[in-house]
Amino acid sequence: MWTIYLNVVLQGVMTGLIYGLMALGLSVIFGVVRVVNFAHGEFAVVAMYAAFVLFKIYGLDPLIAMAPIALAFFAIGFILQMGLVNSFVGRAEHEQFILLVGLAIILINAVLMIFGPDAQPVNLPYAFDSYLIGPLIIDKVRVYAAIAAVAVSAGLFAFFRHTRTGTAIRACADNLVGAAVIGLNVKRLYALTFGLGLACVGAAGALMETIADAAPSLGPAYTLLAFTIVIVGGLGSMSGALVGGVLIGVSEALAGFLIAPSMKSMFSFALLIAVLVLRPQGLMGRRVA
Amino acid sequence: MTALWGAMNTRARILLGVLVVMLLAAPLALDRYFLSVLTLILYFVYVGQAWNLMMGYAGQLSLGHALYVGVGGYVAAALWVHYGIGPWLGVVPAIAIAAAFGAAIGWLGFRFGIEGVYFALLTIAFAEFTRIGFDHIPFVGGAGGLFIPYEQDRIGEWWNLRGGQHLFYYLAFLLAAVGVLITALLSRARLGFQWLAIREDETAARALGIDVFRAKMKAVLISSGMTAVGGVFYAFYNNSLFPTQIFNISRSIELILAPIVGGIGTVFGPVVGAFVLTPLGEVLIALTEWLGIDLPGVKAVFYGLTLMIIITLVPTGVWPWIARRLDLVKNEP
Amino acid sequence: MTSKNRGGLSRRHLLGGAAAATALLATPSIVRAQPKVLKVGVALPRSGYLAAAGQACYRGAEIAPKVLADYGYAVELMHVDTESNVDIARNQAERVIAEGAQCIVGAFQSGATLAIAQVCEQRQVPLCINVAAAPQITEQGYKYLVRNFQTGGQLAANGLRLIKDVMAATNVEFKNAVFTYANDTFGTSQAKAIDKHFPAANLPFKIEESIAYDPRAQDLSVEVTKIRAINPDLVMVVTRASDAIKLIRDMVRQRFEPKAIISPGSPGLYDEEFYQALGPLADYSVINVPWVNPKAKMTEAVAAAFKPAFPKRRFAVEGFNVGFTFEAMLIAADGFKRAGTADGPELMKAIRATDLAEHVMIGGPIQFDDTGQNNNIGSAVLQNRDRTPTVVLPESAATMKPVLPMPPWKGRT
Repeated sequence: MWTIYLNVVLQGVMTGLIYGLMALGLSVIFGVVRVVNFAHGEFAVVAMYAAFVLFKIYGLDPLIAMAPIALAFFAIGFILQMGLVNSFVGRAEHEQFILLVGLAIILINAVLMIFGPDAQPVNLPYAFDSYLIGPLIIDKVRVYAAIAAVAVSAGLFAFFRHTRTGTAIRACADNLVGAAVIGLNVKRLYALTFGLGLACVGAAGALMETIADAAPSLGPAYTLLAFTIVIVGGLGSMSGALVGGVLIGVSEALAGFLIAPSMKSMFSFALLIAVLVLRPQGLMGRRVA
Repeated sequence: MTALWGAMNTRARILLGVLVVMLLAAPLALDRYFLSVLTLILYFVYVGQAWNLMMGYAGQLSLGHALYVGVGGYVAAALWVHYGIGPWLGVVPAIAIAAAFGAAIGWLGFRFGIEGVYFALLTIAFAEFTRIGFDHIPFVGGAGGLFIPYEQDRIGEWWNLRGGQHLFYYLAFLLAAVGVLITALLSRARLGFQWLAIREDETAARALGIDVFRAKMKAVLISSGMTAVGGVFYAFYNNSLFPTQIFNISRSIELILAPIVGGIGTVFGPVVGAFVLTPLGEVLIALTEWLGIDLPGVKAVFYGLTLMIIITLVPTGVWPWIARRLDLVKNEP
Repeated sequence: MTSKNRGGLSRRHLLGGAAAATALLATPSIVRAQPKVLKVGVALPRSGYLAAAGQACYRGAEIAPKVLADYGYAVELMHVDTESNVDIARNQAERVIAEGAQCIVGAFQSGATLAIAQVCEQRQVPLCINVAAAPQITEQGYKYLVRNFQTGGQLAANGLRLIKDVMAATNVEFKNAVFTYANDTFGTSQAKAIDKHFPAANLPFKIEESIAYDPRAQDLSVEVTKIRAINPDLVMVVTRASDAIKLIRDMVRQRFEPKAIISPGSPGLYDEEFYQALGPLADYSVINVPWVNPKAKMTEAVAAAFKPAFPKRRFAVEGFNVGFTFEAMLIAADGFKRAGTADGPELMKAIRATDLAEHVMIGGPIQFDDTGQNNNIGSAVLQNRDRTPTVVLPESAATMKPVLPMPPWKGRT
């Protein structure tokens, strides 16, 4: 019996890592720019469609397409922050909220207009393969996607730790006035950060396309999911996003197994409420970025 | 009433008077379609006003107000369907239970210092939690929904909210008017000033001797209770309730768009916002149809675009801008 | 309160100011002369979360005028997008009636259908429901609606009954089963109905467990793990398209091979996206649902009209939504022809008295009982063959014979 539990937990961990990468984007943007990206899930869905198109036209595996998509999303994020979001930095939350909700509505309906309402799958040759390890059965795509998610996250960690720009961005997050005083171009750094945040979503969306099928209706659900993860892990904390992702992934999987599966999301919201109340800074502290 | 009246100059009073008379006379002049749009507008004025009290005045961002709409609607509808208790009475427990939900959220949020975006997420989490919970309560039909019988022979029992478009129109008008009055009264009452003080600077408010926790709790209780009444209206207007629809986060968002676009923390912001946004949707539908665009999603894209443009041009809302332009208000905060 | 306040438009100029924006939507006043063409408002969720089904239904309505013209009916469509939103459904129903719609067809979603039902009741405009399974809809006392669709109970009872026929036709025995369903409006009412009708169906196996899952869940691997632990011969499902894909995918990945996967009365296993996503793995699932009769003459006419209108779509997979929406149009048009008028009460009376022997769906003649429900709709057994839902039972409509147990996942082409 325990092998079933182990299997369920493993599935949860792998799915959770991909969730985590998506949430990482939200966390990075909030941690630095202090803007909550309410269009986060919608961006993830757009990335899924991008992966679908690249697969359909060029036969590109989403694991590879992830790179150009992330790059394109970086550019989109950079431009978006420079042109639009920047004037909303430091403004009231509800104003930012309307701006990004408006954007979310546009994204999701544009996708509906272009691709129609049906789910769009990517049929990978190895989509149905699985590894048998003793009594455990592990999906191949999930393993690949999880590894890719960890790799991208590790790259981002390294960027923030070991590059000058990364350090400068962290300085902005820690002490905005100080950063401006020593001559950092805050506006540009913000744009870079927003770009990086969207690059995370872009990559995560591409990976998501390997385990789920792109559909317009997924957007709001993903936004909510990213929020839950980020709050549980700690808004603004990078490692927190990954930990939160795994935790939500596993707890949903286990809750689905132990209680009624249809109630498993209830479990993550209960977890979210508990974390908000008991440890509002999230499980992984306030700011690591 | 006097508080609201006193803050306005003559021009504003005339305009308001004309608006009220026009709304009262609308059923005489308007086609049913316009009437049903107006009914929806007035509904959004009311629930927007309830939300405005909590966010605009007390500064607590709730993104889960659909919770109170749903709970209010479900309580009254269940009492009617199962025990024959009419909504005129059922509205009381509806308010009480929704306010209890509000109290739970408020207590957790304010006691544990959950603020801003975090508080907003707490409200979302509660709404979602409740949505899934209601999916599993067989007494109210679970995910399968709760249905209120149409019952032709009961039409005309206005106290039981059984009637046609006119009944619901005037009821919505009444709700909206009461909502505006409550906001006007509270905004000039002691509690209203306490809220403003808390919204602007909580530490300073505390230093002034304001019981911050108490004042915030009052905001949540009033707001959730008021919203529940909107839910009762909604349930009996549409005669069916489904957890996925009524508790949906998109309903919470829909509900707060009007006050934000109109201008939060003002008495007429939610009114103006609702009168801008709901017709905007209808105009966009008519426009795309007129242009011969038969492409689902086009309307929503333009709707989203309009939201972004409005919030970029007039970030504090349309109403303060209009009021300034037309020189309508003496000291609207 | 049921007055038909239709003439009020001309006086709308009384309302300036606040209503100015809404007044932009000036609409032509109603032509009172008896029309030759029935104007049908088609209210469907073409955007929002039900868009996929809504747009499929739309295709059924879109081809109807041409096909119906050949049968001597004249209808004109006025399309309305309910955006999967009850408020919008209600307002748009009002609008389309104000603009001259004499009958409404829709609305797929139960909540929106009920909101529209009230509008229709008060305006005395007939509502022909194409799809909406909540049994309560015809139990609420509405006089201005008919439903040419099986209620949840009928879907389940027919779906279960046909499992027996499948067993007999294929000589396959199921010893045990697991039932898994989407926990949404449709799924739960289906599950309830299946629980209720299962004893009466007298099937020779027992349901080991019922598993509800959240249709918005990201994946169903846990649910499949749970099913696999029980290892039933038969998996009964009530799904939507996207979760049906997830379910099969996870079954394949976890190498779980039941003898049969049968849906007693739900969509999902026959949607185009299901075939696109799963390819050969989509084959051999069985679906017991109402379906177009491939051998009916009118079906051939519909199929012929469908192809040029929607070249990228396959009529073969849309026998449910397209079929029922087309039939709702047929019922409206036929009622209009017999009534000779589009006047609400007269038209409604004619529609309630419908008796159509020739139509597209499998089953008896279209007739409505006192509540407005058609109880003569049959169900077919479909099996996915070569990525196409194929009628395998009843024999009168079948184009192939059922094949069970399912061949293994591995080695399918």
